Amino acid sequence: MTWEIVIGIETHVQLQTESKIFSTASTAFGAAPNSQASFVDCALPGTLPVMNRKAVECAIKFGLAVNAGDSKNIARRSVFARKNYFYPDLPKGYQLSQMELPVVTGGSVTIQVDGKDKVVTLTRAHLEEDAGKSLHEGLDTPGVSGIDLNRAGTPLLEVVTEPDMRSAAEAVAYAKALHGIVTWIGICDGNMQEGSFRCDANVSVRREGEALGTRCEIKNLNSFRFMERAINYEVRRQIEVIGDGGRVAQQTRLYDADRNETRAMRSKEDAMDYRYFPCPDLLPLVITEDDIEKVSASMVASPQTMQARFQASYGLSEYDAKLLTVDRVTARYFEDVVSAGAETKLAANWINGELAAMLNRHDMDIAQRPVSAGSFSQLLQRIMDGSVSSKSARDLLGLMWAGEHQGDVDALIKAHGLTQMADVSAIEKIVDDVIAANEKSVVEFKSGKERALQSLVGQVMKATGGKANPTQVNTILREKLGAN
Amino acid sequence: MSEAYPTIASLAERIRTKQISATELAEDGLRRVADNAALNAFFPVSRDLTLAEAKAADVRIAAGETSPLLGIPIAHKDIFVTCGWPTTAGSKMLEGYISPFDATVVEKLKAAGVVSLGKLNCDEFAMGSSNENSAFGAVKNPWDRSRIPGGSSGGSAAAVAAGIVPATTGTDTGGSLRQPAAMCGITAIKPTYGRVSRYGMVAFASSLDQAGSMAHTAQDCALLLDAMAGSDERDSTSLNSEKANASIWRAFSANIASKHPLNKGFENLRIGVPKEWMTYAGDLEGTRTDGIHMDVAVAIHHALDVFTNHGATLVDIPLPRTALSIPAYYVIASAEASSNLSRFDGVRYGHRAAEYTDLNSMIFNSRTEGFGHEVKRRILTGAYVLSHGYFDAYYLQAQRVRRLIAEDFQAAFEHCDLIMGPVAPTTAWKIGEKSKNPTAMYLEDIFTLGVSLAGLPGMSIPCGFGLNNMPVGLQIIGNYFDEAKMLADAHRFQQLTDWHQQHPGVKS
Repeated sequence: MTWEIVIGIETHVQLQTESKIFSTASTAFGAAPNSQASFVDCALPGTLPVMNRKAVECAIKFGLAVNAGDSKNIARRSVFARKNYFYPDLPKGYQLSQMELPVVTGGSVTIQVDGKDKVVTLTRAHLEEDAGKSLHEGLDTPGVSGIDLNRAGTPLLEVVTEPDMRSAAEAVAYAKALHGIVTWIGICDGNMQEGSFRCDANVSVRREGEALGTRCEIKNLNSFRFMERAINYEVRRQIEVIGDGGRVAQQTRLYDADRNETRAMRSKEDAMDYRYFPCPDLLPLVITEDDIEKVSASMVASPQTMQARFQASYGLSEYDAKLLTVDRVTARYFEDVVSAGAETKLAANWINGELAAMLNRHDMDIAQRPVSAGSFSQLLQRIMDGSVSSKSARDLLGLMWAGEHQGDVDALIKAHGLTQMADVSAIEKIVDDVIAANEKSVVEFKSGKERALQSLVGQVMKATGGKANPTQVNTILREKLGAN
Repeated sequence: MSEAYPTIASLAERIRTKQISATELAEDGLRRVADNAALNAFFPVSRDLTLAEAKAADVRIAAGETSPLLGIPIAHKDIFVTCGWPTTAGSKMLEGYISPFDATVVEKLKAAGVVSLGKLNCDEFAMGSSNENSAFGAVKNPWDRSRIPGGSSGGSAAAVAAGIVPATTGTDTGGSLRQPAAMCGITAIKPTYGRVSRYGMVAFASSLDQAGSMAHTAQDCALLLDAMAGSDERDSTSLNSEKANASIWRAFSANIASKHPLNKGFENLRIGVPKEWMTYAGDLEGTRTDGIHMDVAVAIHHALDVFTNHGATLVDIPLPRTALSIPAYYVIASAEASSNLSRFDGVRYGHRAAEYTDLNSMIFNSRTEGFGHEVKRRILTGAYVLSHGYFDAYYLQAQRVRRLIAEDFQAAFEHCDLIMGPVAPTTAWKIGEKSKNPTAMYLEDIFTLGVSLAGLPGMSIPCGFGLNNMPVGLQIIGNYFDEAKMLADAHRFQQLTDWHQQHPGVKS
């Protein structure tokens, strides 16, 4: 029997605004508890919410990004409702969120699975405020819980998909694609550890051709890896339940990464009546054509557009251009390296090759790279002007990575004696020695074996400690062997 | 030390001519508060805070500043948060709560140089029409201490009526400025919704709450309201347009200068009188409560005569949905209140129950102990009308009715400049008389609720007395932003009559 898996994803995208969605308090992560909670965030009597237009701009950017620049899916008038429930970290006793009229309706995200494109349709994206945090551990007094309201009022864009995904792999591909979009357009820092990008998955299974099964919502998926595991676990669980003749109960389930399982949090029967109604403290959120135009003009080009530009203006291959536009930090890094004087193809090769390898080795993100675009460009320029060999440059990158000499390329070259041999007579002497010592290779080359020359070049390079310019060595060897 | 019932205008003149200092006025005011303690209008004063404000005013006066409110003693309804005095909103829930910031209204009046004598008793969270719902005891009407002063700004009205302060601030959600002003024989104005910032007002029903002023005269009300009004970026519903930010005082002054009351002062003034309001439906014994009582109707007719005798014409206008304003109001106001009062959970501030076993019981016990009966009734009503399956039938329906009521007023303003009628069907009743019957109490608000639902400005001015010798108030309703016009015509009325100069102790 074939089972079909049906998945829809809800993502809370924390918007990168300096202040909160309805107050002027800072949104910076990691401050001392309650040091970033204003009177409004604490819901003191008499306080009122005031819309942060920066959060609205983020929503507009998102609306444009998931509709190929078309603004038709951005609501010109949307409404904040109050979602009423009691919880100690919900200071007002209600959350401000868009219910009936969200700021963005529709749109789509294209994902690649097994080399094929698939379009995931978005249901909606709406603005809302985050709640605070309850702290049950690490407090001085036992048996006492603390409330930290620093996060209360942080702007979120909740992005909801249609149940379009058919496997955990597709769900992860979607989450990664969405992550790529929101970080590319600069509305979210994408930091999943800090909770800036949080996914919930709605999972159900059905026998092929049957109506949609009962879904369970899995919460707390704070990494792509966990998402895949959690969904796979949940799918197995649901198939087992049905296989045993049971019925899946509609539940909210929590993923426990340590035990790799999902556990029931609450069932549909416990569902609260949130008594939604339009918030009378806020006017409807109005977005004008002018607002959209301004945001649109300030938006970075799409990855596809940028890739095309990289190919056209820098003469890069499709492969290189695609890798360089995988995220905005990489793209900007490339352009910074080039504008600082590095040759475009060399820069592309080194960013996609050496730099990527280094990042991988250190399990780092490009955003965390310790080498500035300026230094990296300087290094490439030393290759270009023949000061260092590629091999030495690789070693230099390692030294720069370690922060030696504050990453100053020229200082490092000097300190480690990595300057390429520029003295032709010195190289000629070594070449003579190598020819004398490798008679066999010389004979082979003269009889037409090109590969034998490479062996000789290698010998020379070895003798110079890698400081000679291989192209130059090649030329001298050919001259001496009368091949030119 | 001076007049028993001073006005802002008279005190400002004495300050200007250096006959009295702000500090002397503050001392005098604090004495008056103590002398009238039996009214229960004031919450505990803070001599130090008041005298510090007075001293600051005296410094400004000495420096030559002559703003009209500089050094004038006033007091705030305890719905406005203040950093100095505790803010309770008349509730045990907030007993002892001190706000870390001042309400915009308080801040603006402070900047204008007023000296606050403290905070005024009110119905708990401004919910009530008699001031009997205060957790700190009922306020008594200075005209007859066995009677209610009206509500919810009962302390504000009683303090002015008793001559403790020349003016006070108050708030009006469904009549809470106009009705107590009528019951206490003083003048009050609730401006257009959005004209005064709600920032720092403990919220009852956000779409209806609006601050305003109370005083003996329309002129004083204009002066105080002018200093309170203006857009505020901390309140998204405060209006920010040329019209909304125009000076009420300047427009009022220009208006009264343009026409003298004795010289056909009301010529060209078309007064709309709602047929439905003036139909006598009560009786002398008050056994019927669904309409205006005869003694009130008589006083209103006499007041209208004053206008027509000086050139005004009366126009019959229909306000057919007046009766619907009661259910519409109680659905919307309760819905908003149920949500607005959710923040009082005992977690961050306010009352927390001494005993609880878990999170839920902490919130449950704190709210059960902290809220009074009427507040709980409205929270339950509000939660009910918002709940799944009832939302459309109650909340949405009430919003539709609200729109229709607003349209009725706009249709009426096609035919008239101001609308006039009673503020309340009756004069002040005995304390305890209606507290067992919430429906009878709600019916008292029948003439004020529609104005609040429509967001229109409304006034109450003294216009006579009922059979029980209690004051009657004339309600004046203007179109949006017509505060200056309403105040100017009320001022002209007060130049032609002396109802506003009748006081509890010296009734002529």
